[in-house]
Amino acid sequence: MAEPTPLLEVTNLSKSFALRGGFFDTPKGVVQAVDRVTLSIARGQTFGLVGESGCGKTTTARMIVRVVEPDGGEITFWDDELGRLDLCMLSGRQMRPLRRKIQMIFQDPYASLDPRMTVLRIVGEPLRATGCTDQRATRERVAEVLEMVGLRHEHMSRYPHAFSGGQRQRIGVARALATEPRLVVADEAVSALDVSVQAQILNLLRELQGRLDLTYLFIAHDLGVIRYICDVVGVMYLGRLVEVADKASLFRSPRHPYTEALLAAAPRPEPGQPIVHLPAPGTVPASGCPFLPRCRYQKDICTREAPELRQVAPGHTVSCHFDLGLTGV
Amino acid sequence: MTDTAASRHSASQWQLMWAKFKDHKLALVSLGVLGVFYSIALLGPFLAPCDSWQTSRFTFAPPARIHVFHNGRLMRPFVYGMKMTSDPRTFERSIAPDKSTVLPVRFFVRGAEYEWLWLVRGNLHLFGVDSGGQINLLGTDILGRDCFSRDIVSTQISVTVGLVGVFITFVLGCLIGGVSGYYGGVVDNVLQRFMEFVTCLPTIPMWMALGAAIPAQWSNLKVYFAITVILALRSWTGLSRQVRSKLLQLRDEDYIIAAKVAGASDSRIILTHLLPGFASYLIVSLTLEIPRMILGETTLSFFGLGLRPPTVSWGVLLQDAQNLAAISVYPWLMFPAIMVVVCVLAFNFLGDGLRDAADPYKE
Amino acid sequence: MPATDTILDIQALTIRFHTRQGLVSAVDGLDLALRRCCVLGLVGESGCGKTVMSHALIRIEAPGRIEGGRISFFGRDGAAVMLDALDPGGSTIRRIRWKEIAMVFQEPMTSFGPQHTIGAQIGEAMALHGIASGRALQSAVVASLQSVGMPRPEQTARQYPHQLSGGMRQRAMIAMALSCHPNILIADEPTTALDVSTESQILELLRERQAELGMSILYISHNLGVVAQIAHEVAVMYLGRIVERAPVGVLFASPKHPYTRALLRSIPRVDRDCSGSIEGLSGNIPEPFARPAGCSFHPRCPDRLVGICDQVAPALRRMDDGSEVCCHLYRECAHG
Repeated sequence: MAEPTPLLEVTNLSKSFALRGGFFDTPKGVVQAVDRVTLSIARGQTFGLVGESGCGKTTTARMIVRVVEPDGGEITFWDDELGRLDLCMLSGRQMRPLRRKIQMIFQDPYASLDPRMTVLRIVGEPLRATGCTDQRATRERVAEVLEMVGLRHEHMSRYPHAFSGGQRQRIGVARALATEPRLVVADEAVSALDVSVQAQILNLLRELQGRLDLTYLFIAHDLGVIRYICDVVGVMYLGRLVEVADKASLFRSPRHPYTEALLAAAPRPEPGQPIVHLPAPGTVPASGCPFLPRCRYQKDICTREAPELRQVAPGHTVSCHFDLGLTGV
Repeated sequence: MTDTAASRHSASQWQLMWAKFKDHKLALVSLGVLGVFYSIALLGPFLAPCDSWQTSRFTFAPPARIHVFHNGRLMRPFVYGMKMTSDPRTFERSIAPDKSTVLPVRFFVRGAEYEWLWLVRGNLHLFGVDSGGQINLLGTDILGRDCFSRDIVSTQISVTVGLVGVFITFVLGCLIGGVSGYYGGVVDNVLQRFMEFVTCLPTIPMWMALGAAIPAQWSNLKVYFAITVILALRSWTGLSRQVRSKLLQLRDEDYIIAAKVAGASDSRIILTHLLPGFASYLIVSLTLEIPRMILGETTLSFFGLGLRPPTVSWGVLLQDAQNLAAISVYPWLMFPAIMVVVCVLAFNFLGDGLRDAADPYKE
Repeated sequence: MPATDTILDIQALTIRFHTRQGLVSAVDGLDLALRRCCVLGLVGESGCGKTVMSHALIRIEAPGRIEGGRISFFGRDGAAVMLDALDPGGSTIRRIRWKEIAMVFQEPMTSFGPQHTIGAQIGEAMALHGIASGRALQSAVVASLQSVGMPRPEQTARQYPHQLSGGMRQRAMIAMALSCHPNILIADEPTTALDVSTESQILELLRERQAELGMSILYISHNLGVVAQIAHEVAVMYLGRIVERAPVGVLFASPKHPYTRALLRSIPRVDRDCSGSIEGLSGNIPEPFARPAGCSFHPRCPDRLVGICDQVAPALRRMDDGSEVCCHLYRECAHG
């Protein structure tokens, strides 16, 4: 079985934000939003990034699509024509042709479409912005991609306010597909949708992946959605990746206490289940494992040393000192 | 799907705005009123029956009345001529209608010569009386000049000063506010502090100082443009602050980030996404800026620091009305004040209506 | 005739909006009954009218207008108050709000004005409804904050709304809602904007207080997982009508209405591999001005009966297992 060829690899990616306050906006402290994240996404795969709000998954995604500048680390992308590239080393101008290959779907269908532009202009923008000046070709491509997402080509002349939330999200998907990208980053793409519409969009994304040979980085906080659509899952906590595994291993036998807690606390559509709580957050310790205050398996070493990501099984890495066999679902 | 629903789906931002604007009846009326004002400004001397600089011996004549009956007979509308009379007891001179002279009002008469828009020479007037007579619908002033004609010519100057000044404000405000809002950081900080400094300068004293600094020998046209620049120098700060705050707000919207991901350059984002986003707010701000300019010019000229005779503007005309006699004996001299009030109110109501319609997506 | 343990009885409620583009029936002939000491989960997706309906219960449905139906509220003394007939600005409804029927909103900042401290606002509500006054007021406020699990109640009472995190603001809003010991608590998507960890705590809090105070909760949500955890009964709403109502166990074990079944089938499970088997609903919510004839769900229904479902609106049928459903598929096997 051949090793899957990687499409995107992130090594030690970090980003911190300064907290400012006071009269002159003086810097008061630093929030480490993303802390040395390393992951690898293979071609044709769906990599899920899950975690609670504030864990850094959105910041990581925005660094990958280069709208936020990382403080450190490398983002390596294997382009079909240009070969292996380090995206962090590219200037804005050099990045432009690559923008066709890496696209993004946003969370809020009401905020991610410019209300003053027609659907044709919205979906055609990635084409125009990366140099396609032929209006007829743009129009044809937009019609093609709208049909792919289940809309009709007469929708091109309408404005976003004419569409429902689910339809707007389809427009967002169409926009992401207009330039035939290789990697699509879906940043909580279904979180703001009703459950029946969510299912439609998830099925659409799966179907398009097969048809167009797409690779997804799928960010969500709903574990059910992650389980449905992802092949490999990474769990983030306070800016760090604490566990990465293929779907089956992560859900059946997680190795990190945070993953175990998340799985136990996820609400199921079954009455009679007890309400399970995640342990209280507590203050983040200055040294040692950041999950320490919430971890019931803690030992002495956890207070002294912060664990690194290490492999515990083929395709399964964990950021924990111990090899815990924990309860899955 | 119903027709209205379908048309609403394809309605652009401007169509939606117009639909909402139409609901605001006062704003619609104001739009009409301003249409009248600007038509007067456009047509200018054509509408005036007399030459606005033509003096006569009938000083402070009361407004002429248009009659249709003369000696019991129905005639075409006419005015009586005027004669000077003196009271036998007090020897006070006054002006009374001369019933022996009948001056029919004619339309499209040839009268005094004028230059239309400083380009075309003509002498056609909308209405007037035969040469030798005068028709003073709003009386005359201290030098016997026709107030109605002077009011019309002054309207030309007053309402257009606002426009030129607003254009300068627009350019400065957008440029500085735009740079400040889009780039943020140090640039924003520096520009903001500069803006605040300018805002702190007291307006009227600053205007007066600059107005007094205009060399006396400058031609009227030069003075006119100098005044507009002076007015604009103060008002750009308000607009640039609005532009900046709108940009800061829009900058982090998801669709802007989507445009960046799509590969759009900064200038493309500003032109195609951000500018249309606040174009409507800009229009509202500008609409409300114009009356401020008009009032500013009126104030300056009223103090004698703005436009000077023989250029007439509302402020210049109101200089003549600055005494008790004007209020009690010659009230027609204060007509420009009514025009100022109506014009400024109309702009304000229009701005209100535009502001309500400005965000048609905020249902 | 409603059962004696009914606290709120809604019959054929119709609420319409007169917009420039036309008439919108946000709620269209809705029947619902809330029992005492019961948590009723109201499930529906965007556009179904659940928020409009909940607002009508405390008469803040404006600019919508109640144009039909009855809302009967049976207070502690058993006497019926017709809420739909009350003047929305009158003193009767003002007495009922907070003291008998309280509401918790999705956006916590809706309940609190930014200029006053949390303690001042809760205290004002309590004083207005005669719960406590004078010196006892301060301790009553702190006690109410403590009862919702606020970590440092005295300190929180002195803080302003913007100083609290989302979860704490939601707790404060629940404290305010419960401060006057209402009979009914309407919770409109209270945990949708919150994290999983905060959400579970709020749900547990609501469950505990409900049992303790013996109040009824109308819990509105689009999340069936959350509803499963807290509700005793569930009602499903679509386009302004209740399409199915059942005890929670019955609804999840054997959903009857095709919409309910579709919703349950759409949920990706965390504890099961559903690869390939979650199906959304086809189509979209109909335009508000173009309601389908007959059963409003029929254009999207996989089991529709042509000739019946597209012409006649189904009536409510009561089933053997305690559920009620509005669907032609069940017209034979039900007792009328």
